[in-house]
Amino acid sequence: MAFKNAKNAKNAKNAKNAEKSFPMSDALVPGLIPVRGPELGDTIFEEMGTLGVVDEENLITLNLGPQHPSTHGVFRLIMHLQGETVISATPVMGYLHRSTEKLGEARTYVQGTVLTDRMDYLSPITNNWAYALAIERLTGMAVPERAEFLRVITGELSRIQSHLVAVGTFGMDVGTYGTPLLYALREREMVLDLLALPTGVRMNPSYIRYGGVARDAPPEFFPQLERFLRIFPSRVDEYERILTGNEVFRNRTIGVGMIPPQVARAYSVTGPIARASGIDYDVRRAEPYSVYDRFDWDVPVRFNGDCFDRYMIRILEMRQSTRILQQALDAIPEGDIRAKMPKVLRPPKGEAYARIEGPKGEIGFFLISDGTINPYRYNVRPPSFVNLTCLSQIAVGHKLADAVVILGSFDIVMGEVDR
Amino acid sequence: MSFSQWYSQADFWLAVGKPIYDWLVSIGIPGWIVAIIYAGVGALAALGLITVFVMLALWAERRFIARLQDRWGPNRVGPFGLLQSVADVLKLLSKEIITPALVDRTLHFLAPMIVLGPALMTWAVIPWGPGLQVTDLNVAILYLLAFGAIPALGVTLAGWASTNKYSLFGGMRAVVQYVSYEVPAGIVIVIPVLLARTMSLQGIVQAQSGPLWNWFVFQPVFFAGAIPIPVPIIGLVAFVYYLIAGLAETNRTPFDHVEADSELTGGFTTEYSGMQFSLFFLAEYANAIAIGLLASALFLGGYHTGLGDAFDNLIWPLLPGVLVTKAAIIFLIFVWVRGTLPRFRYDQLMQFAWKRMLPVTLALVGLSALAASLTPLLGGVLRLAPGVR
Repeated sequence: MAFKNAKNAKNAKNAKNAEKSFPMSDALVPGLIPVRGPELGDTIFEEMGTLGVVDEENLITLNLGPQHPSTHGVFRLIMHLQGETVISATPVMGYLHRSTEKLGEARTYVQGTVLTDRMDYLSPITNNWAYALAIERLTGMAVPERAEFLRVITGELSRIQSHLVAVGTFGMDVGTYGTPLLYALREREMVLDLLALPTGVRMNPSYIRYGGVARDAPPEFFPQLERFLRIFPSRVDEYERILTGNEVFRNRTIGVGMIPPQVARAYSVTGPIARASGIDYDVRRAEPYSVYDRFDWDVPVRFNGDCFDRYMIRILEMRQSTRILQQALDAIPEGDIRAKMPKVLRPPKGEAYARIEGPKGEIGFFLISDGTINPYRYNVRPPSFVNLTCLSQIAVGHKLADAVVILGSFDIVMGEVDR
Repeated sequence: MSFSQWYSQADFWLAVGKPIYDWLVSIGIPGWIVAIIYAGVGALAALGLITVFVMLALWAERRFIARLQDRWGPNRVGPFGLLQSVADVLKLLSKEIITPALVDRTLHFLAPMIVLGPALMTWAVIPWGPGLQVTDLNVAILYLLAFGAIPALGVTLAGWASTNKYSLFGGMRAVVQYVSYEVPAGIVIVIPVLLARTMSLQGIVQAQSGPLWNWFVFQPVFFAGAIPIPVPIIGLVAFVYYLIAGLAETNRTPFDHVEADSELTGGFTTEYSGMQFSLFFLAEYANAIAIGLLASALFLGGYHTGLGDAFDNLIWPLLPGVLVTKAAIIFLIFVWVRGTLPRFRYDQLMQFAWKRMLPVTLALVGLSALAASLTPLLGGVLRLAPGVR
């Protein structure tokens, strides 16, 4: 209900803002600005005012990264600055390229699961899931119900874990001395301990395989999960107390890095970033996979598309994940955890695309089978990479400090961007 | 001199300093040599205090922030990790000082010293106890303002000489930030001067002797008969603004733009290593503690306990401890702020200085001047601290 009210109020405001169009000042520096997306006429520098006259001779070229504390890995951002204002920003990716897609073509289907762990290493289970789903679509394999529930439970726990790191490191990017990060990591430890029970490891679990999950959850997993669900909402309140109402934090994030919905659509932005821009889209609801259609939960949407909204969406999604987890915990049936399948999988010739809602957006796997034991094509749609493409447009016109905050609010994982 | 005579002096100079001085002169040492010895001893003592305090402050900060963040903090070296700072200093001392190839060597070498020197000089005028001070300048406030402005030069030079873009940004930010916050800090410091009618820090502290409501932080005080009613509009706001300006001038969160680790990697310290880096570090903490000491002296009654003159005279050898306690509390507030708040954006920092702090501090100076001039007229009702005559 609260969402709906907020939605109406914000909608009216949004409509008003949309009338005021702000030119992107295309005549900034000819040749310096690399990316101009479609339909950029209206938006984004309401807070920043005009850019002023750019003096080409006094531009400073600043290499942010690949080794920089706030690029979240080996990411490089070449920025042209006038004073501290970003005139252009060119992302350079590929420092962590491990040719995962080519490796996937050289391995069998089950070995391909292991590669997916190394992509978004903060939430490996959702990667496993998308890959498993693609193989299941390829072969028409049915998954036992208990396995579906275990997938939902571990998947939502991964989402919480990923969002915890996102919120914590975002706090670091805004300039805290690590207090929100350490609060978040404290709960991430709990989640990792929980995930270690069914999966056996803390990182790279390869838990979700085609046809089911790797192993059943031990009996002590469920009481522990219940205890976590009891504690966790109050811990989210704690993050909100230190960040959401904080005057400095609000000053730094509200109205910063606004992504208008049409720009988000133009760049195929998905996940929390798109939902912060008012795009009410979640794969879990738009194209329900697994058993998501059985749960009662909301898709949080906010309408400013600024860094604060992206942060708030993650906070709200953690609360929604807690709801889903509680229902899944109550409803989980007994039974098999793995479908009957051959020792060596040889899917029939054909192709399949499967997508799921990962913590960072839509994770998609496109597989082409030529009937042999390894895929002919193993293609990934990594949400971090796709979301990152609009950074070069959004960062322009902001201060250097804001560019760092915007990058932090995108919540990228370089393992996934570069693959 | 008997113990009771010595004790009744209630003043470090009269009870300790002067008798030794007289004795040294009486055994035939010329007075000017004794004076030089005194100055040297004072300077060395201040230097030692700074080193000890900075080490303790580093330890306290790390422990306190660790507890804020639900972890242990340093607890391996020595009891409660107390010797961690010593270990860190030894490590920094033994590290190689790396000078990048393209830096301006002279300025790169000089910058840490230009920053550290004034930070140490500030400590010369801090009144530790009655009659206990390296030097009791009658223009101590001007002295503080003058030496408070020099570190900006050092930081800017460090940023410029490093030939690193991050350093350059840090240096350029330093110029504007330090200069901007000098203004409200300089204006707010006028308020104690107006209330005490002296620029000597010893005088300002002595003007706040006696009961608690004589502290400048509680001014102005109204009196209903003998009952004090503090209306701390002037004092409290000025005190808080002095602390905020102090945060900005000592380059601590939420105003740590000059270093800004998440944006500028290390800001002006990016190209410094080993002992040169630790000089910057030492200066930053010496400044932060000095701000705590000065804020206590200017607004919180300095070394006075606030329990009345009789009590202060009774425990006078312990009075420096009172000052240090107050300063420690202020320092821990700084640490608390650091553990809680994010960093302002750069333009927001400037707006805060010029649009919020400056008008308010100017109004406060006007108000305090008004209160000070009204005191003789309204004697029975409105009374400022006894320093106001």
